[in-house]
Amino acid sequence: MTEIDYKKLGFKAGLEIHQQLATHKLFCKCPSELKEKGEKAFERFLRPTQSELGEVDRAALEEARRGKKFVYFSSSSSCLVEADEEPPHEANEEAVDIALTVALLLKADIVDEIHFMRKIVIDGSNTTGFQRTALIALNGEINGVKIETICLEEDAARKIGENGRKVEYALDRLGIPLIEIATSPDISSPSQAKEIAEKIGLILRATNKVKRGIGTIRQDLNVSIKEGNRIEIKGVQELNDIPKILENEVKRQIELIEVKKELEKRKIGEIREEIKDLSHIFEKTGSKLIKNLMKKGGVFGVKLPKFNGIIKGIKYKEHRIGKEFAMYAKIEGGGIIHSDELPNYGISIEEVKKIREELKCNEMDAFVISAGKREVAIKSLKAVVRRAREAIKGVPKEVRKALPNCFTEYMRPMPTAARMYPETDVPPIRIDKRRIERLLKNLPELPDAKIRRIAEYGISMEEAKQLVYTGKDEEFEKFAKKYKGYEKVISRILLNIMGEMEKEGYDVSIVIKRMDEILEGLSKKKFAKEALDKLLRYLAKNDVSLDVAIRECNVGFLEEEKIRDIIRKIVMERIEFIKERKEKAVSGLMGIAMKELRGKADGALVNKILKEELEKFIFQ
Amino acid sequence: MKVGDLIEIKKDGKVYRGVLMPHHAFSGRNIIVIKLENGYNIGIKVDKNCKIKVIKSFERRSAKKPKIPFDENKKTVALIGTGGTIASYVDYETGAVHPAATAEELALAVPEIFDLCNIDAKILFQKFSENLSPKDWQKMAREVARQLNNKKNGVVIAHGTDTMAFSSAALSFMLKNLNGPVVFTGSQRSSDRPSSDAFLNLMNSVRVALSNIGEVVVVMHNSISSTGCYIHRATKVRKMHSSRRDAFVSINSNPIGFVNENGIEFFGGYRKKTDGKVKVMPKLNENVSLVYFYPGMTREEFERIVEWKDGVVIAGTGLGHVNEDWIPSIKRLTRQGIPVVMTTQCLYGRVNLNVYSTGRKLLKAGVIGGEDMLPEVAWIKLMWVLANEKNVEEAMKKNIAGEISERREIRSLHAKNFI
Repeated sequence: MTEIDYKKLGFKAGLEIHQQLATHKLFCKCPSELKEKGEKAFERFLRPTQSELGEVDRAALEEARRGKKFVYFSSSSSCLVEADEEPPHEANEEAVDIALTVALLLKADIVDEIHFMRKIVIDGSNTTGFQRTALIALNGEINGVKIETICLEEDAARKIGENGRKVEYALDRLGIPLIEIATSPDISSPSQAKEIAEKIGLILRATNKVKRGIGTIRQDLNVSIKEGNRIEIKGVQELNDIPKILENEVKRQIELIEVKKELEKRKIGEIREEIKDLSHIFEKTGSKLIKNLMKKGGVFGVKLPKFNGIIKGIKYKEHRIGKEFAMYAKIEGGGIIHSDELPNYGISIEEVKKIREELKCNEMDAFVISAGKREVAIKSLKAVVRRAREAIKGVPKEVRKALPNCFTEYMRPMPTAARMYPETDVPPIRIDKRRIERLLKNLPELPDAKIRRIAEYGISMEEAKQLVYTGKDEEFEKFAKKYKGYEKVISRILLNIMGEMEKEGYDVSIVIKRMDEILEGLSKKKFAKEALDKLLRYLAKNDVSLDVAIRECNVGFLEEEKIRDIIRKIVMERIEFIKERKEKAVSGLMGIAMKELRGKADGALVNKILKEELEKFIFQ
Repeated sequence: MKVGDLIEIKKDGKVYRGVLMPHHAFSGRNIIVIKLENGYNIGIKVDKNCKIKVIKSFERRSAKKPKIPFDENKKTVALIGTGGTIASYVDYETGAVHPAATAEELALAVPEIFDLCNIDAKILFQKFSENLSPKDWQKMAREVARQLNNKKNGVVIAHGTDTMAFSSAALSFMLKNLNGPVVFTGSQRSSDRPSSDAFLNLMNSVRVALSNIGEVVVVMHNSISSTGCYIHRATKVRKMHSSRRDAFVSINSNPIGFVNENGIEFFGGYRKKTDGKVKVMPKLNENVSLVYFYPGMTREEFERIVEWKDGVVIAGTGLGHVNEDWIPSIKRLTRQGIPVVMTTQCLYGRVNLNVYSTGRKLLKAGVIGGEDMLPEVAWIKLMWVLANEKNVEEAMKKNIAGEISERREIRSLHAKNFI
C-alpha cells in the first residue's frame, strides 16, 4: 500500500497531555498514591445539573434517577475531602509552583490570578459531580507548535468495576494534581505528534516533580482530515503508539468517507427503524450460537437499505463500518451479526434467504440481526440504525478510546461545550512578580542543555540523548560521578544491557538496586566488563551475593601476566597455522582466546596482547 | 462596562477576550476577572496602560416561566423558605448561583417533587441561619400555624443547617396541638452541585410532611450514602459535624424513623397529628444566658455573664458540675428567684447531682437538674417556660415537647460516632 499523503488529506491533530504531579493531593493533605481497592465506604447518585435557565431535562433526570449508582471505596489515600464530605482545602502551593514552572518552560503567558472552576462531570468519577480545574497560562510554544492552555486540575477517581447499573470507583486517585497541556491543532503528521508529545514529556520530567510510571501520564489526541470530522481519542498510554493510532484513525475516516460516497452513488434513501422478530426462521436452526441466545428471548433483525457489501469494508477492511455497528450495539448490551458475514456461525443459506424475504431486502440491501433478550436486542438494533444513519453523512464527531493494539473504539458522542462555573470554596491565587522571579531563578535544566552536559561525561551525543529521552539520565549521573572512568560502561548497562534484558522479560529494577555493588566489583577488578551481560542476567534471576554470582557465571578478572601466559600457550599450540597465515592469523586466534577468556578479560586487552605475541613470534 | 459584557483587554501586547465576571471577594485589587471562551475564569491585573473595550453588551435572556402543576386529588404541602439554598440553579454564563425562591423556580429545579403533592411555596425571609434570632423563630411559628390551619397537610421549612436545631426546637415548644407534620430540612452540600444532598432531603421531607406525625422534626441524611434520611425529633437533634451530610444526630434518643422512596419506617412512638387547630404560644423571655463552664473560669466571669439575667442554663462538666467557687453566686441567683438549670457538656447522658459532693452542693444551692436535655434545648425551653409557665422548676422538669427522655436503652442502633 502506498504511503498516506497527510498534507493532501488536510490532516490536523492536537494533543492534550495529562501528567500527575509528585506532591500531595491538590485540595487536601492525602498522599498522591494508589493503593489497594480499599473498603466500601459509601454509595451515591448524581443529579444532572440544571441548564442555564434552570430547566432540568425531565428525560435526563428520569434516566439519572433510574440510572447509575456509584459505589466508592476508600483507603489511606483518601479523606473526607475526596468523599465530598468536607470542603476542599486551599490549593496545594507546591502543585501551583510546578504548574507555573512548566508554564515558564513552555514560554506561556501566566495569568495574574488563578481561579479554580467546577467542570461538570456526572459519570461518578468525581464524587462532587464536577472536576476542579484552573487555567494557569495561555499561548505557550514548543517546536513551532502552539500550546493553547496549561491547566492545573484534580485527577478523577479510579474505576474498578461496573456491574449493570452499579459503577465502582476507588477514591485513591481522586484529587491527585494533574497538569493538563493542550496544543492547538497545528500538528501536521502522526510522527510530528509523537515528537511533540515526547518533547512535552521531557519538559515535564525536567521539573523532577512529576510522577513516573504507568498511568501517571496520559495523552489524548484530537484529529481530523478535510472531508472527515474531529475525533477525540482518549487514554493513549504509550508515546510510541501515537503515530500508529493516528494513522489508523486517518484510515478509518477514509473508509467512512468511502462508505458515504458509495451510499450516495447507490442513492440511499431513509433508513427505517423497522425491527422485526425473526425467531420463527430459526426454530430448527443448526447454529448453536443462535440456538443458545434464542433461549433468552429471540432473534430480531433490521434492514439496512443499500448497505450490501459495504459493512464488511471497502478500502480498509480492518476499519470496516461493521465494527462501529458492533460497538454501538455493545454499549446497549447486545451483539450483532450482519449480512456481509453470512452464511457463517452455523447460519444456513436458506435461513439468510428467509431473513432477506422477511425484511424485504433486495440484492443491494443488507441486514443486521441480534439475538437474545428482546429489549436488549431491540435497543442494540436501534443503535445500529442510528449509526447507519450517521454513515450517510460521513464521519460522526465522537470520542473514542485507544486500545492496546493501536486501534480505537467508539466511547461516546462528542460532548457539548464544558459547563463550568466558579469553585467558590477555593480562594483565587494571586501570582505576583516575586513568585515568578523565584521560580525563574530555580528553573530546571531544559532537555537539550541536559543532553549536552551529559555528553561531557565522555559518552556520545547519541547516548546522552537516549539517556535523557528514556529518563535514565539521573541514574547515569549519580553513578558516573561516583565511578570515574566507567562512564561508558554505565551508559552501556543502562541503555543496552538493561534494554535487552527488559525485552527478554527480566526485572531490571534489581539491577538498578545492585548497581553500586556491581560497579564496585568492576572497579575492584573482580570481573571484566565483558562479564556484565552474563552477570547481570544471573543477578536478576538469583538473589545471591556478587561473589557467588561471579563464581556461578564462571567469570572473573585475570591479571595481564596471566592473560599473556594463556595467549602464549595458544600461540605455541598453533605454530603451523600462524606460519601459514602470518598477521592474518589474529582474527582466528582471537576467537579461540576469547572462548577461554570471556568474562575474565577485557577484549581489547586480549587483542592487544595477542598482536604483541604474534609479532614477537613472527619476527623470531 | 457591566458584569456579563463581552470585553477585550489589551495588555503588554497581549489580547484577552472574555465575559466580565463579578469581582471575587478574595480577588486582589486591580484584578479583572473574565470568563474566556473555553469556559475558564482568569484574573488579569489592569493598570493605566491597559486598554479595555466592550465588544458586546450583556443582555439578560428571559427565563421560560413554567406552569406549576396542580392536582386537586393530591395533598398540599407548604414549603417555607428561610434562607439557604435547598434548590438553586447555576447561570453558567456568569457563574452565579440563584436560589429557587418561588414555586415556579422550584418547579424548574426539582420537578419530581410535584409527583408527591402540590406545593405552596413561600419565602419567609432570606437569612444565613447564624443571623437568625428568637424573633425569627416566632415569625416561623406563626407562619407554620397559619399554613397548617389553612388546609395544608404539612409544612416543610428549608433552613440553613447551622442553627436548624435551635429553630426547630423553639418551634417544638411554641406550637401546640399540631394538626400536621412540621419538617425542617436543609443541605450540607449546596444544591447547585450534582452531588448535593438537598434533593434527597427535600423529597424525603415532603414524604414526612404528608405523614400523620404531629411533631416538629428534622429530616436529613442518615449516612454519607444517598440512601435515605432519618426523621429526628426536633428537641433531641444536634448538628454534630461541620460538614458531613449525616451531621444531624439524635442525642439520647433514637430518631423517630427512617424515610426513603419506599416510605417511612418508624423506630418507636411519636405524637400523632390532631384534628383541631394549631395553637401558637410564641412568647419567649430572651433574657436567659447559656454558660459553658471551663476549668479556670472564675466566679467573677460567671457573675458578669449572668448579671441582670432572668434565667441561666449552665453546660457543666460530666454529671453536671462547675467549680465549687461558683456555688455562692449560684445560691444568690436562685434566692432572687432566678432559675439556674444544669446540663452536661458531654451532650450524651443525663445530669445527676446526687453522685458527687459538688453536685449535692449545687442542688442545695437551688440548681435545677436538666435531665438529658441538650444545653441549647434547655436554654430555649427556659426562655419559653419563663414567658409561658408559672412554676418554672416544675415545667423545666416536665417533658413538654419530647426534650426529656425517661430512659435510654443500652444498645442504640442509630447512635453515631464520628471519631
